[in-house]
Amino acid sequence: MSVLQQGATEEKGENARLAAFVGAMAIADMVKTTLGPKGMDKILQSMGRGHEVVVTNDGATILKSLYVDNPAAKVLVDISKVQDAEVGDGTTSVVVLAGELLREAEKMVLQKIHPMTIISGFRESCELANKRLEAVSINNEKDEKKFRQDLLNIARTTLSSKILTHDKDHFAELAVDAVLRLRGSGNLEAINILKKPGGTLRESFLDEGFILDKRIGVGQPKRVEDAKILVANTPMDTDKIKIYGARVRVDSMQKVADIEKAEKEKMHDKVKAICAHGINCFVNRQLVYNYPEELFADAGIMAIEHADFDGIERLALVTGGEIASTFETPEAVKLGRCKVIEEIMIGEDKLVHFSGVALGEACTIVLRGASSHVLDEAERSLHDALCVLAATVKDKRVVLGGGFPEMAMARVVGEAAATTPGKRSLAMEAFSAALRAIPATICDNAGLDSAELISQLRAAHAADGATASGVDVITGGVGDMNKLGIYESFRVKQQVLLSATEAAEMILRVDDIVKCAPRQRQE
Amino acid sequence: MSLAFDEFGRPFIILREQEKKSRIRGIEAQKANIKAAKAVARILQSSLGPKGMDKMLQSPDGDVCITNDGATILEQMEVENQIGKLLVELSKSQDQEIGDGTTGVVVLAGALLEQAEALLDRGIHPLRVAEGYERACKAAIANLDRIAHSFDFSLDDIEPLVQTCMTTLSSKIVGRHKRDMAEMCVKAVLAVADLKRKDVNLELIKVDGKVGGRLEDAKLVYGLVLDKDMSHPQMPKQIKDARIAILTCPFEPPKPKTKHKVDIDTVEKFEALRETEKQYFLDMVKRCKESGATLVICQWGFDDEANHLLLANDLPAVRWVGGVELELLAMATGARIVPRFSELSADKLGRAATVREMSFGTTKDRMLVIEGCPNSRAVTIFVRGGNKMILDEIKRSLHDALCVARNLVRDNAIVYGGGAAEISCSLAVEAAAEAQAGVEQYAMRAFADALECIPLALAENSGLPPIESLTEVKSRQLREGNPHLGIDCNDAGTNDMKQQNVFETLSGKKQQLFLATQVCKMILKIDDVIQPAAYE
Repeated sequence: MSVLQQGATEEKGENARLAAFVGAMAIADMVKTTLGPKGMDKILQSMGRGHEVVVTNDGATILKSLYVDNPAAKVLVDISKVQDAEVGDGTTSVVVLAGELLREAEKMVLQKIHPMTIISGFRESCELANKRLEAVSINNEKDEKKFRQDLLNIARTTLSSKILTHDKDHFAELAVDAVLRLRGSGNLEAINILKKPGGTLRESFLDEGFILDKRIGVGQPKRVEDAKILVANTPMDTDKIKIYGARVRVDSMQKVADIEKAEKEKMHDKVKAICAHGINCFVNRQLVYNYPEELFADAGIMAIEHADFDGIERLALVTGGEIASTFETPEAVKLGRCKVIEEIMIGEDKLVHFSGVALGEACTIVLRGASSHVLDEAERSLHDALCVLAATVKDKRVVLGGGFPEMAMARVVGEAAATTPGKRSLAMEAFSAALRAIPATICDNAGLDSAELISQLRAAHAADGATASGVDVITGGVGDMNKLGIYESFRVKQQVLLSATEAAEMILRVDDIVKCAPRQRQE
Repeated sequence: MSLAFDEFGRPFIILREQEKKSRIRGIEAQKANIKAAKAVARILQSSLGPKGMDKMLQSPDGDVCITNDGATILEQMEVENQIGKLLVELSKSQDQEIGDGTTGVVVLAGALLEQAEALLDRGIHPLRVAEGYERACKAAIANLDRIAHSFDFSLDDIEPLVQTCMTTLSSKIVGRHKRDMAEMCVKAVLAVADLKRKDVNLELIKVDGKVGGRLEDAKLVYGLVLDKDMSHPQMPKQIKDARIAILTCPFEPPKPKTKHKVDIDTVEKFEALRETEKQYFLDMVKRCKESGATLVICQWGFDDEANHLLLANDLPAVRWVGGVELELLAMATGARIVPRFSELSADKLGRAATVREMSFGTTKDRMLVIEGCPNSRAVTIFVRGGNKMILDEIKRSLHDALCVARNLVRDNAIVYGGGAAEISCSLAVEAAAEAQAGVEQYAMRAFADALECIPLALAENSGLPPIESLTEVKSRQLREGNPHLGIDCNDAGTNDMKQQNVFETLSGKKQQLFLATQVCKMILKIDDVIQPAAYE
């Protein structure tokens, strides 16, 4: 007897659990091959018009673009998204770890162990693993030089799995420079990433100033030194009357001309008011029409129109000016300043370059590359690196990479499992196995013998608790991560551990799936 | 559908389009109804108790919700059956009245109906069954009053309250951090409670959340959190000792509601209009500034010009703040909501010690925290969680815990949980049944049996042998006369719920019994179900 709506489905008990496990593992398996420095990319073709193609190995981007029907899979997609928003990297790892946890859990459920027992084992393991992770983290906060080296290493590790891997040293420098300029504010908005097709990835560069992808008005100076900039958000087309219901009603052509003149006069006054600020550069968010443009040209002021909102906000931030919309009180408005504004050419395009800006926080990274796909992927990779670095600047702890933290955590959890009485110990052992699956996946993706390598690694960790060994994908053996300089951000690793456990727990707790009938589409 | 015929054998049409309607009646109708109710109750049964499982629900739009809150499950399941809907309503009313025990009430109702079915099979009239249930319910309530304890706490000693909230939270996903969460809930409730009147207005507690971070990052803010940021990116991010003006009028030229046209036919008029327009904004900002406000919170949007004028006048502002938040804000800061600029004055401003912007993660999300309000009786619990579903579930769990704390403040009588109260009531009802002559005796015994379904389900969900555990506890209760014995769900090693600190509010338990009995009676009284044909 069904009490649900027609078209709704319900799955219960073992069936529900099976459906949830299968869905979650399918998602995890799909992104699994992108993990690690030798991970592969995916092509995503959109269903929309033009069938746009995205090539990426960023877990969050892949999962975001998928249309998933399985509710458990949706949970994993969601944690990946949150990981992206929270720390920016580790979006694949979190899904893979959650998938491995569920894979282990499935085996235990088949052995008739109650999910709640598994959950309590997982919780305890997670706590232990987290403590171990904190214990193996390194903090070089005091030593600025060393910290910079840490950051470089982290950036290199993050970038090594992306398209930028061949120029990772170059980009690691770029990213670290950009983030250190923020001076710990962690406000990534101040870093402007410009993509210009053409050239090679290596030609990408960091510019200390600010580059605005806009043009300077016709007949206006192309280079201004010692610029005083007014950043504005005001209509410079026709100044509309905002009072509701106003309309023009005239009875002769003469009057039309008069009002037109008055309108022109109004614009003229406005330009005059703007000029009275003593500026030589005017940047507006909205359009600047021909007439005011001409007036600005007459006054020898550089006018830049239609800078989008982000551009305006950044420019205001960089030059230290404020965004103005009224111009009656020139003395009250703070003007932005910079040394030189000039038009520069990158590839074929003309851009406006602000250099010698007051606030050194902001900078622009110009990415060059063969095609827009390459550039998009490069931007995503760089974004990941920037996010990780920003997170590391906030929480200055770092951990070794190359599967080292996973192995260290797996060892502690495994040891605790051996001394824990009761069925929970099975769950803890499973947790440790799931942790080991991450370095195993990295090996597999690199075409290495994962079973051999992981057992060697495990032995190395068991023999010496203070070891720094991890997987060296390049030589295909066990290596000292400290010497190889493979570092990862503590914050990212911790977030991966916690969210993956939380998600696995959530899916494990389910014993009933009710799908409502899909809403009927209105024609 | 049965038909009536006249003397010539032609059918009477009694109901409109009666051939299209389906109809079941008599014992069949009752059986069908009971079956439907049982189906709903069975879905919830596995969510009961600290080891209860969750349900995954997919809405018609494909959104996923994972929860073990009875009311939420039933609401999201979109039950179509009418009797099913009755149970959904039942759960909802328990949620509104008490806020906790929404699963238990449905499971109990299902068990009562199941027992009634057996009685109907023996030919007992449904109304006699209902009558017996009513009497049994009375006996059970009397027993609850007898075994109830009064529960002592004070502002200095919140430990007992925290313990109760922990019981509620232990069955939820936040179980891992139940201690911190429970403390937070109790502090929040006590902050808004009026202990003299024994009243708590839960509307003063806002539970807000943002995805990301960890469960541990949740915190209690003695003030408000608004999901908004300053209207102009360059306004100060932190204001100390703020004086707040709350406006419900936009910083825009006025729009009279009557239809009108302003005709411009001469240059002078155009100029005049231009001046007026400019003046509007200047006046608005001047009024705000003159009143002494240092922060403007507005329900509507700002014109670009007004926005800049505010910045130029060093007057931070927040726009598009929702009506509910506005009211809370007014309550907390002691401000008056001002509908017109002309009515703005110094005494209508609210105060807050600090107003600051909080930013999260790598995205641009920002929130505004308003703390140190003169009326500290508005608090916000701000939670973080790994993903949206966890966050929603945390919010629901906290709501339950808040309700429990509120109920205790209102009425500090408690009964012990873990099925202890149900077992004790079952024994009492059985004893009362013996003294009852007539068919009702059977019904009362059935009621007693139905009460046992709660400890049975608890034991089953906890992986204990249900019948053995129940019978053991029951016999011990009878032997030792100790109504604190219940099912040991957490494997703590003792059946004494007093030692385990597992209790529930008396009012909640009573409500469960009342509501379940009422719904049962209602369902039993139905003997005819007429359904229109499916809409084509």
